[in-house]
Amino acid sequence: MTASAEYLIALAGNPNCGKTTLFNAITGARQHVGNYPGITVEKKEGVHLFNGLKLRLVDLPGTYSLTAYSMEELVARDFLALERPQLVINIVDASNLERNLYLTIQILELGIPVVLALNMVDAAASRGIEIDAEELSRRLQIPVIPTVARSGTGKLELLEKTAEVAAENRSWKPLHISYGADIDPVLDQMETDIAGSDFLLDFYPARWIALKYLEADEQVINKGAEVNPELSSRLEALADHVAEHLQKTLETYPEAIIADHRYGFISAVLKAGVVHNSQRSDRLYLSDQLDQVLTNRFFGPLIMLVILYAVYKATFDYSALPVEWLNAGFTTLSAWMQTIIPPGLLQSLIVSGIIDGVGGVLSFIPLILFMFFAIAFLEDTGYLARVAYMLDRVFRTFGLHGSSVMAYIVSGGIAGGCAVPGVMATRTLRSPRERLATLLTAPFMNCGAKLPVFAMLIAAFFPARHAQMMFLLTIFSWIAALSMARIIRWTILRGPSTPFLLELPPYRMPTLKGLLIHTWERTWQYIRKAGTIILALSILFWALMTFPLLPDARKSQFEADRQQILSQLPEDTRTSLMQPGIAQDGLTREIAKASQRIRAIDRAESEATLQHSYAGRIGMALETLTQWSGFEWRTNVALLAGFAAKELIISTLGTAYSLGGADLDAGMSLSRRLASDPQWNRLRAFSLIVFIMLYAPCLATVTCIAKESGAVKWALFSLAFNTTAAYLISAAIYQGGLWMGIGG
Amino acid sequence: MPTVLLRQMAVGQEGVITKVTAEGELGRRIRDMGLVPGTPLRIQGRAPLKDPVAIKLRNFTLSLRNNEADYITVEVDEGK
Repeated sequence: MTASAEYLIALAGNPNCGKTTLFNAITGARQHVGNYPGITVEKKEGVHLFNGLKLRLVDLPGTYSLTAYSMEELVARDFLALERPQLVINIVDASNLERNLYLTIQILELGIPVVLALNMVDAAASRGIEIDAEELSRRLQIPVIPTVARSGTGKLELLEKTAEVAAENRSWKPLHISYGADIDPVLDQMETDIAGSDFLLDFYPARWIALKYLEADEQVINKGAEVNPELSSRLEALADHVAEHLQKTLETYPEAIIADHRYGFISAVLKAGVVHNSQRSDRLYLSDQLDQVLTNRFFGPLIMLVILYAVYKATFDYSALPVEWLNAGFTTLSAWMQTIIPPGLLQSLIVSGIIDGVGGVLSFIPLILFMFFAIAFLEDTGYLARVAYMLDRVFRTFGLHGSSVMAYIVSGGIAGGCAVPGVMATRTLRSPRERLATLLTAPFMNCGAKLPVFAMLIAAFFPARHAQMMFLLTIFSWIAALSMARIIRWTILRGPSTPFLLELPPYRMPTLKGLLIHTWERTWQYIRKAGTIILALSILFWALMTFPLLPDARKSQFEADRQQILSQLPEDTRTSLMQPGIAQDGLTREIAKASQRIRAIDRAESEATLQHSYAGRIGMALETLTQWSGFEWRTNVALLAGFAAKELIISTLGTAYSLGGADLDAGMSLSRRLASDPQWNRLRAFSLIVFIMLYAPCLATVTCIAKESGAVKWALFSLAFNTTAAYLISAAIYQGGLWMGIGG
Repeated sequence: MPTVLLRQMAVGQEGVITKVTAEGELGRRIRDMGLVPGTPLRIQGRAPLKDPVAIKLRNFTLSLRNNEADYITVEVDEGK
């Protein structure tokens, strides 16, 4: 053993066995969270120095098995086979040893050295379960260390044993168990065939490969067919032969027989003297009693509504204040920049491009922090699994999963949410198709940034029906999200629902440390990965709305108009009038009037600049299409800006209607302006509301969709799909309305 | 003793799994969770809309959809 030795250690275990708690207890804050290349499964790494040894720990995703069906399992298996850690610390839940050992057996079949952490022995003891760790160790022939990850009990012994075993640098020694008279002979034959040729042996032991052929494991068979097609098809033929025989004689499958024998092996290991259970097995524990209330037919859904609403309220209420501080901070910064940088392109870039962009990125952070804290709390207590259990029947109808509800609610299922944390909330979903369908449809919900636009339009055209309209729009967004999910699951994400089989873990009080680490990791990932992209795209949008600049001829025309007004005033007031933001009071009536006329020219210039910009040109070019929905160029430009951030819709529409920034007190003047505009009517307003509800999610959300789905194509899909859906539906509403004689 | 499909069992009823007929991914998931022949289980409850069903086995609680429970045959204790 050298002083600078470094060992790679993998942590493996079932979900809910306390694996992450143990990982946090060992590595503390010295950990790094990333993703496995190309997929969205998290990869957590941490380093722990122990007696001069460097232990590099990798927390594998929690899995029940090492088959290759889910991403998590594939990742765990590939890590073990390809990265070849010195050993695996396998964490098992002492109260639930039989099922936890199923994974252990599969790791042992692979042959990798294992140290077993017999976790939560305290909770097991309180349920009357005592486990003889020494005897278990003797029977499994691996070290077994009792631990309590929450309190750190047994951590030192575990590390000592880990260091000791790692230093031995053992070669892999696969566990041989018998799978019965039907499987064993052919398994032996296949093992001999494989061992005799150079067939994937760099990765897996021969017997394990043979086992995977019998289990019809696609990943291994595909790899085998690439390396040696002849041997691979021979092995497949052998496996098929056994499968046929088993089907005929026992009506079963090799996989099932193998699983039966693994469980049989576990029973034999645990029999006589390893597990002492001093309580009746049908006793109802506190957790079961809680379930009788919390998942009760009547009280369950009621309590769930209250809890989900409380989570929603807490997330958005607690984050409101920090968001306000951030906004106030950025407003102050913008104002200060405007005083030190002369008006012009540079000022515009810094204020409207960079500061607004950074502000846009940062303003989501309090939301993400609180949302992840709340979700981590629900997840770690075990309640989130109950939510999925209770709501699965409803969401399954739409091709989703019981857990989809969280993402929907956070996104604005209760009006006023935010799709950025909503999309990130889909991480709790483990079924790939259901998860993707959820994250693609969650942005249909009415987020907090869409609400002011709705409020402005409702105030203008449906002033007496504010509450009813908002309620109607909330219902409408749920219908839209669910039916779009159904359509997506029938078309591009077609396929049977992923098996549900969800463990309802015992209720537990989460540790604050665990919650904080979890929350911080997720937030930091957002800042690091999404933040930079959002900022870059915000600047791009600023450029779209700024360039090309108004030609000098037109600029000087506006300037001449201003000078003309000024020339009629006494000399001493001219210079002060040209300063932006001067106090209006204390001026004579004549000067105040002149000042207003100058501001009007300023606003006309802003409108002309916007119309002249790329965004304005795109808006005008789109009129041929959007006239079917009732939108002209001003609306189009505002919608384009709304793609950068929905908050920009009102201010851009204001600019397009020559309303200055200061006049836009919460959109009220815009509301009056639209209400008095003969071109606008209720039908057009409603069509626009529906379009805004459904069209492309904002930049930040789209970026998060790309990150969370692991592919840019899904981000592009959501842009195209949502906008097309919004267009078709709003056009149908507008044209249908015209046909029925409403509006027009 | 009579055998029934897991879906047909009443809340509180106990039994021992005799057969699992699911194949492919579902079959594997079912076995991964410890639902193999010979395993005793008890129906713990049903979700408010009667689906999924929650069962207790090997000292933990598992929920599965009714259409997944249809692949599992259970020998039930009579009189319960």
